[in-house]
Amino acid sequence: MKLTRRTFIKNNAIAATAMAAGVTLPEFAAAAEADATIRWDKAPCRFCGTGCSVLVGTKDGRVVATQGDPDAPVNKGLNCIKGYFLSKIMYGKDRLTRPMLRMTNGRFDKNGQFTPISWDQAFDIMAEKWKASLKKKGPTAVGMFGSGQWTVWEGYAAAKLVKAGFRSNNIDPNARHCMASAVAGFIRTFGSDEPMGCYDDLEHADAFVLWGSNMSEMHPILWSRLTDRRLTTPHVRVAVLSTFENRGFELADLGIVMKPQSDLAILNYIANYIIQHNLVNRDFVGKHVNFKLGNPDIGYGLRPDDPREKRAANADKAGGSKPMTFEEYKAFVAEYTVDKAHALSGVPKAQLEALAKIYADPKTKVVSYWTMGFNQHTRGTWANNLVYNIHLLTGKISEPGNGPFSLTGQPSACGTAREVGTFAHRLPADLVVMNADHRAFAEKIWKLPDGTLPDKPGFHAVLMQRMLRDRVMNCYWQLCNNNMQAGPNINTEIYPGWRDPENFIVVSDPYPTVSAMAADLILPTSMWVEKEGAYGNAERRTQFWRQQVKAPGESRSDLWQVVEFAKRFKVEEVWPADLIAKVPQYRGKTLYDVLFANGQVNRFPKQQVKDLAGNVYGNDEMEHFGYYLQKGIYEEYRLFGLKGPKKGHELGEFDQYHAARGLRWPVIGGKETLWRYREGYDPHVEKGAGILFYGQKDGRANIFALPYEPPAEVPDGEYDLWLCTGRVLEHWHTGTMTQRVPELYRAVPNAVVFMHPDDAEARGLRRGMAAKLITRRGEIVASVETRGRNRPPRGLVFIPFFDARRLANKLTLDATCPISKETDFKKCAVKVTRA
Amino acid sequence: MAMVERQEKREQGRDRRRFLLDAARTACGVALFGVGLGLYGHRAAEANPPHALRPPGALPERRFLAACLRCGQCVRACPYHTLRLARPEEPVATGTPYFVAREIPCELCENRPCIRSCPSGALAPTLTDIYQARMGLAVLIDHETCLNFLGLRCDVCYRSCPLLDRAITLDAEHNRRSGKHTLFLPVVHSKYCTGCGKCEKACVLDRAAIKVVPRGLAKGELGHHYRLGWEEKAKAGHSLIPEQLDLPDRLPDLLPSSLAEGKP
Repeated sequence: MKLTRRTFIKNNAIAATAMAAGVTLPEFAAAAEADATIRWDKAPCRFCGTGCSVLVGTKDGRVVATQGDPDAPVNKGLNCIKGYFLSKIMYGKDRLTRPMLRMTNGRFDKNGQFTPISWDQAFDIMAEKWKASLKKKGPTAVGMFGSGQWTVWEGYAAAKLVKAGFRSNNIDPNARHCMASAVAGFIRTFGSDEPMGCYDDLEHADAFVLWGSNMSEMHPILWSRLTDRRLTTPHVRVAVLSTFENRGFELADLGIVMKPQSDLAILNYIANYIIQHNLVNRDFVGKHVNFKLGNPDIGYGLRPDDPREKRAANADKAGGSKPMTFEEYKAFVAEYTVDKAHALSGVPKAQLEALAKIYADPKTKVVSYWTMGFNQHTRGTWANNLVYNIHLLTGKISEPGNGPFSLTGQPSACGTAREVGTFAHRLPADLVVMNADHRAFAEKIWKLPDGTLPDKPGFHAVLMQRMLRDRVMNCYWQLCNNNMQAGPNINTEIYPGWRDPENFIVVSDPYPTVSAMAADLILPTSMWVEKEGAYGNAERRTQFWRQQVKAPGESRSDLWQVVEFAKRFKVEEVWPADLIAKVPQYRGKTLYDVLFANGQVNRFPKQQVKDLAGNVYGNDEMEHFGYYLQKGIYEEYRLFGLKGPKKGHELGEFDQYHAARGLRWPVIGGKETLWRYREGYDPHVEKGAGILFYGQKDGRANIFALPYEPPAEVPDGEYDLWLCTGRVLEHWHTGTMTQRVPELYRAVPNAVVFMHPDDAEARGLRRGMAAKLITRRGEIVASVETRGRNRPPRGLVFIPFFDARRLANKLTLDATCPISKETDFKKCAVKVTRA
Repeated sequence: MAMVERQEKREQGRDRRRFLLDAARTACGVALFGVGLGLYGHRAAEANPPHALRPPGALPERRFLAACLRCGQCVRACPYHTLRLARPEEPVATGTPYFVAREIPCELCENRPCIRSCPSGALAPTLTDIYQARMGLAVLIDHETCLNFLGLRCDVCYRSCPLLDRAITLDAEHNRRSGKHTLFLPVVHSKYCTGCGKCEKACVLDRAAIKVVPRGLAKGELGHHYRLGWEEKAKAGHSLIPEQLDLPDRLPDLLPSSLAEGKP
């Protein structure tokens, strides 16, 4: 800032006067001058899947301010309270700045103290442990746990290193805990992942139905749009279904509190209602739909020796199905009468009928939204399939204001975890490792010999923890998430494996999280705008940003870490001789040479990164590796969408995204796609076809007949309450960023347990008292809230999981949807007593 | 003689005058001191700084000061260290309990430890329901910086309120600037607000836009000559006057029936 003598005197005079008057002075003059020297550039918000766009203000190498981008179509300059504090998330006092290894007397010791080491030393010990495990047990002994908060290129580089480099499919994202059921649902029904609609549906629908989505807190800016539609259009109706009253009930015309798990019965009842009232869109169903009977009795994704798994008839064929006719489907759902739905759900029949009418009325355009209530569910895939059934029966899909829309939790659950394919079974652009053609295509793009990619899905998120505990997997690298706090059943299934001396655990994080403290090696990580990045939000919008500032100390991006680590392995150390024999030119090369310096990823030479105004930005990875790594990765990744066997995932060119406020894929012919599968909106649907679900070979979507089945653990005499976990608006996931923002900490410092006043009273508890929550797996203490934002019915308690001082996931059960492998964080049995 | 006498008298007079003057000065001083004391006492009684709030159940300030023993029992009983005793240099009557919402608000303990510990009745034992406490009134003072008024989704004050949806509600209004979002405007309802200060404490701004102030300072008073028609009707359940004649409007025949029925 330029400070002339005159302004100096003036400011001093003002300050002196203010001091004499006892006024704290807002430094208006100084602030205005400082503002003029701030450089502004765009970036998506770091937090949820909404994908609000912000402008990031940088000065002297530090992010000093942010503002909502007033021209961004998603948020029009608005942010939620987390987004308001974006500029503070990188500057917590305890940022990690050096790699740290548990050591005693200068050597690695599982029980040693964290000691700063160099990156070289860090990679030395990692490579030593990885190589030893690979040699001893093969590729399945190593694994990586990534994130839906990774940038696109981080996810891609990581998946490539693990799948093609280590030839292990043991890579999974924390998105497994988040929307794996949505993925499985999309793939089963439509053969292609991600929603057909977009946020523009919010301004077109006549009715909104929220299934297990507390949008009012978890997608605050979208909720603001939905509320506006309801306010400004009198005929619009909003239905909210949940197992407890949340803030969304404020707006709801139809606020429905149901018993846990009964969504399955309600969904089938609605389908039955539509059929019984002869309101099936027969033309649509006849042309575009197949009917299938899904396997019932599929277990709960628990360990195979659990009695519940042994009892389940189809635990090993959970995803199986066989064709059926409409008449058979009709007979299947016929038992889901209003009486049965009422009996299972406890919802008044009038409410059930009102809900069914919204869907059944041919004149009402309906959008269904859901998040974790559906996805974190031992029948999560089914719940997704069942809501598609309703939209398909009525043909209310793929057009403005009509459609099912799965909201994502994380900023790039779609863009990275799903589209790039960082799941244990996936490859980029909807390809899967189980499909030989898909593997062959990936090997071709990646210039790898046939048979490089393993055909068996790797360990998913929950299974990885079990495999660590069972010492099947011995090396584990966790990046960009905090599974020791966010994963289920910490005491029994996570912590023991991490602290087992047989296992070596690496955690990359900007902060000393619960996970980092439980690791053997901590790697300091660049976050958000400390690196160039790309995220994809829930409406298929891919958004790029440039590196705004340097990360503190020796922090490096996850991209740098993954690519640099690849240099530590010669192909001979990880690939069998017969595979190398197919590509003799790769002999003696490192995985880095083969995967990244492959003539494709390294084909864009070093350049200046400039915005349209001519501002120049850093790019630490380009500086280090000597080429435009992000662009090379992205352009290679893009080939999967452009040339791959699954159409519909086409992305635009790298440079386009740096110049745009995000683009919704498929991006074809210089245009975005707002509604998929419908002629006129989607370029893949030929003229005259009307609708084409081209994700499936025959162009038809599947309606699945799936029954109601009970949850894995139900309250009983001793553990007599339902436990549901979740989030609050003020904090992101495990709070590692937002709990370090003083204002957000002050706003909500502690996780409290929300319970019904009568349940509290029956246990000698009052609001504000400390209660002990006990499940079969662990216990925590939290204070009781009977009047807050969430109002559980009798019999259910809710606790958020952001609070590192009371780990809600010590309580949860690691039961998953057997198809999607996503944990049910919403249902287990708990008892609550005075602490 | 006369001169001497006069001289003497003059001297006496001067002495007398000086005496009178001195006396007057003293009296004035004392009076002024008294005025000062009075003012001080008055300030202590009526004009605590707006941020100094009394514990739940505190009697009206004058009676509270008369009753409070300055024993500190309530401060000791407060489990959240909300209450403190005013020190001599503080602008609150020395030794009396108060709290500052922005620092530590009242947690509204349902078992009222402060009130139950009070030996004097300065904190009225008749306040059995903590939610009937009226320690002050939250006022959203600054609409210009309140994030919700700007269209952001903060509403932290609303969710921090122990009586949310009663003491604080969110009034939804169309955001005309963005064209497709909602302004969720926090509105405090004096009928329910206890003045606990949780909202002021939680406000994420550098200086709180919502503040708890003494109710006397915050509340307006409607003229006693006027009633709110819609509230009176709601209270009665019907119009306060008997049903009135309403003639149909003459309309052209061709209009759509919905308009003819007077529907939008």
